Amino acid sequence: MNKPLRRIAIFCGLLVLALLLRDNYVQYVQADSLRTNSNNRRVAIERYATPRGDIIVDGNPVTGAAKSKKTGISDFVWKRTYKDGAMWAPVTGYASQAFDASQLEKLDDGILTGNDDRLFFRNTLDMITGKGKQGGNVVTTLNAAAQKAAYKGLLSRGKGAVAAINPQTGAILALASTPSYDPSSFAGNSDTDAQAWNKLQKKNDPDDPMLNRALRETYPPGSTFKVVTAAAALENGLYTGADQHTDTPLPYILKGTRTELKNEGNIPCKNATMRVALKVSCNTVFGKIGADLGKDKMLAEAEKFGFNSEQLTPVRSNASVFPKSMDDAQTALSSIGQFETAATPLQMAMVASTVANNGTLMKPYMVDKLQAPNLDVVSQTEPEKLSQPLSESNAQILQSMMETVVKEGTGTRAQIPNVTVGGKTGTAQHGVANSEKPYAWFISYAKLPDGSSPVAVAVVVEDGSANRGDITGGGLAAPIARDVMKAVIDSKK
Amino acid sequence: MSSSTNTPTHHTSTIGSIGTPSRRNTELALLVFAVVIPVFAYANVGLAIDDKVPAGLLSYGLGLGLLAGVAHLAVRKFAPYADPLLLPLATLLNGLGLVMIWRLDQSKLLQSIKQAGTAAPRQLMYTALGIALFVGVLFFLKDHRVLQRYTYISMVGALVLLLLPLVPGLGANIYGAKIWIHIGSFSIQPGEFAKIVLAIFFAGYLMVKRDALALASRRFMGLYLPRGRDLGPILVVWFISILILVFETDLGTSLLFFGMFIIMLYVATERTSWIVFGLLMSAAGAVGVATFETHVQQRVQAWLDPMHEFMLSRQNVGGHTEQSMQALWAFGSGGTLGTGWGQGHSELIRFAANSDFILASFGEELGLAGIMGILVIYGLIVERGIRTALAARDPFGKLLAVGLSGGFALQVFVVAGGVMGLIPLTGMTMPFVAYGGSSVIANWALMGILIRISDTARRPAPAPAPSPDAEMTQVVRP
Repeated sequence: MNKPLRRIAIFCGLLVLALLLRDNYVQYVQADSLRTNSNNRRVAIERYATPRGDIIVDGNPVTGAAKSKKTGISDFVWKRTYKDGAMWAPVTGYASQAFDASQLEKLDDGILTGNDDRLFFRNTLDMITGKGKQGGNVVTTLNAAAQKAAYKGLLSRGKGAVAAINPQTGAILALASTPSYDPSSFAGNSDTDAQAWNKLQKKNDPDDPMLNRALRETYPPGSTFKVVTAAAALENGLYTGADQHTDTPLPYILKGTRTELKNEGNIPCKNATMRVALKVSCNTVFGKIGADLGKDKMLAEAEKFGFNSEQLTPVRSNASVFPKSMDDAQTALSSIGQFETAATPLQMAMVASTVANNGTLMKPYMVDKLQAPNLDVVSQTEPEKLSQPLSESNAQILQSMMETVVKEGTGTRAQIPNVTVGGKTGTAQHGVANSEKPYAWFISYAKLPDGSSPVAVAVVVEDGSANRGDITGGGLAAPIARDVMKAVIDSKK
Repeated sequence: MSSSTNTPTHHTSTIGSIGTPSRRNTELALLVFAVVIPVFAYANVGLAIDDKVPAGLLSYGLGLGLLAGVAHLAVRKFAPYADPLLLPLATLLNGLGLVMIWRLDQSKLLQSIKQAGTAAPRQLMYTALGIALFVGVLFFLKDHRVLQRYTYISMVGALVLLLLPLVPGLGANIYGAKIWIHIGSFSIQPGEFAKIVLAIFFAGYLMVKRDALALASRRFMGLYLPRGRDLGPILVVWFISILILVFETDLGTSLLFFGMFIIMLYVATERTSWIVFGLLMSAAGAVGVATFETHVQQRVQAWLDPMHEFMLSRQNVGGHTEQSMQALWAFGSGGTLGTGWGQGHSELIRFAANSDFILASFGEELGLAGIMGILVIYGLIVERGIRTALAARDPFGKLLAVGLSGGFALQVFVVAGGVMGLIPLTGMTMPFVAYGGSSVIANWALMGILIRISDTARRPAPAPAPSPDAEMTQVVRP
């Protein structure tokens, strides 16, 4: 019986061998993909096993970490905390034990948790010296004073958003959105966190507080879009100066229709110059310019300003829209920021910053640098030119027009003593047959006596609590823009 | 090294028996390691979880040491020539299992679902009972051939044990398999004991019938077909294993019994055709059952696409288990070297983290290196068992030893393969390491029988009776 016994011995050896091979396959070959699978809860446990690094504004962290209360069976040790969470939420996003993370918290998760490959060498060193793993920091470009001004201004107006950019670099200085939410309220994974989260969902709160209006909501830009139309006119040589008469009839009938394009009130738009037309916000003049240039030229200029493409700051913004197919009448409407034209506040801030920066559009960004736990710089963002929508001389013509708007036009409430401010108001109709309260827009930039321009800003106020007739960009949005610009200028001193 | 002395003979010239050294001291030395390693592991878990050496370290170490010592003394007294590796290897596995069970006892998650908290003290008690049974086997079973007498009683006993869970009021359906019986507050898995009893029946039956099975056959299409009356028992066993599968939804046990029978039949008859028959029949049975038994289909689905099953059960839309995927994640997260004792999160496997899935817990905390070590220990136990079969002088002992060790190997393969996703998952326990009274006690009894057979096999043959004319014999020296 010994021969079959030896064979059985070999068979049992093969059984063990098969197990060993399978084990090597699972624990060596497949190990990494199993270990990092997002459904594997260990990934989340690991993420909260060490305090996260911080998101830093003006040298101060706006985030923090607290030991979660060890209640029940929770296996997460550290919890994210936020200072002025609601104010900074459009910048930071959230990091929740139960509900994942968003925006910077999500995009730079590797740095914040310390798991990023770029920290590998340091982590290995720490492992050898027995130091615990630490997260790195994300240093933002934001300006705390500007953000505060923007958020305070919006809070007094209800719903809205502000985006402010440094025109010379593209660095984002303020990014506010109201109503907002406090990411601390659902940073843990308890029942109260779940309740807070549920209350914030759009289906439970029609105001949608978790929507980042500065980056993710597109509004009809209304008259603020006339800046783009004016830029297109100058760039395409339709008019070569601000004070050239535009030969616009009043009333102006949309080409190919019998519809009259109306102005808001009785304003001097007949054959007005572009300066006057911008100052009093003539629909007829800019509608005609759009129709005269035609859809292709308008589209080309709008896209140079960044329309129809997403911006990655690195947080993604929605693409603003300038329609690609339309007839002449629709082109005219689009050129005054109506029809299907829609823009994010960031997009309109980019428009203002292009004008302020003598025609050069810089790529907007909000992360200045990523730091290792010991504050070594892991990566540094360099300002980057995105496009050149305007020549320098045309930009200066447009600047003088926008400055007239603030000096003596619809935007006087944005004036700042001893500072040159250029701007444009907008009151965008929306809703079926213009049934809902319009959006109040204001885009502007500030220029210091030395010629430098530290800030461009776009403000949109949705459904202000004001009476319908009182809703104008100049009245509601311009004061907020002024405060934001003033905050930036003051913090420079 | 060895304390043994060959049977002294007065005359070097006499042809005496050449005895194997008893190797009891080797066993003792190995046992020290088998106790010390789990004690270190225990301290390691305490340091990892609470930053301090666990309070029970001394009593735990003494307890395990005492149990190992008692087992060793029993072997020294009742089976002095037994294989020296079997006891230390089983002790090491049992000790490591205890540490892992204690470590999972600390998990708040498992405590919250009443799966852990007091499992380790119970397991220590089961271990003590197991070792008591081990000593009892060595004490009462002076010669394994006695078991031959109980061949047919064993058959009845095994059938009774297997069918007990189907008795209304006694059996209990736990997690989809009816393999437990409740007696008072205890639940027992009779299948674990049936494994041993059935091996005794097979060994006794095959020893008697082996010639008939091997020789009285007709050649048909290149294979030797046995006669119908000899074929009877294999058909009966095959049918019973299918019945178990169907009525108790216990894939593991039926596979184990059938595999064990095929192995023993092959060894007894030395006919390859039996293996072909066995495989064909088990394949036919498995396919047949799988076509109408949803439990089996679920297991196969979970094996083929554990991730899909995980998502389904997460969304509460008809998934049956997320454990297969959780176990794979535990293995993967352990990687090559593991997270270290107490530093993994294998409690995420939930309800069987310390029993059927304990290998995944080991995989996470000890890594590929630890699992390979554990698998090699199992392999060594199996091969020492088969070596015992090779060394045994009587066919009954050979068959019983190979049946027990082959069954042990199959059980390890089926459980480990199931947990690692090599084959569909079946509900069985990893011998010695998994939490569970029936399993630990039965496997210690199995170890006792193997040690008894190996003692008989390695015991020096009695010296030939002194020959009256030995003095006269002259040996020519070179």
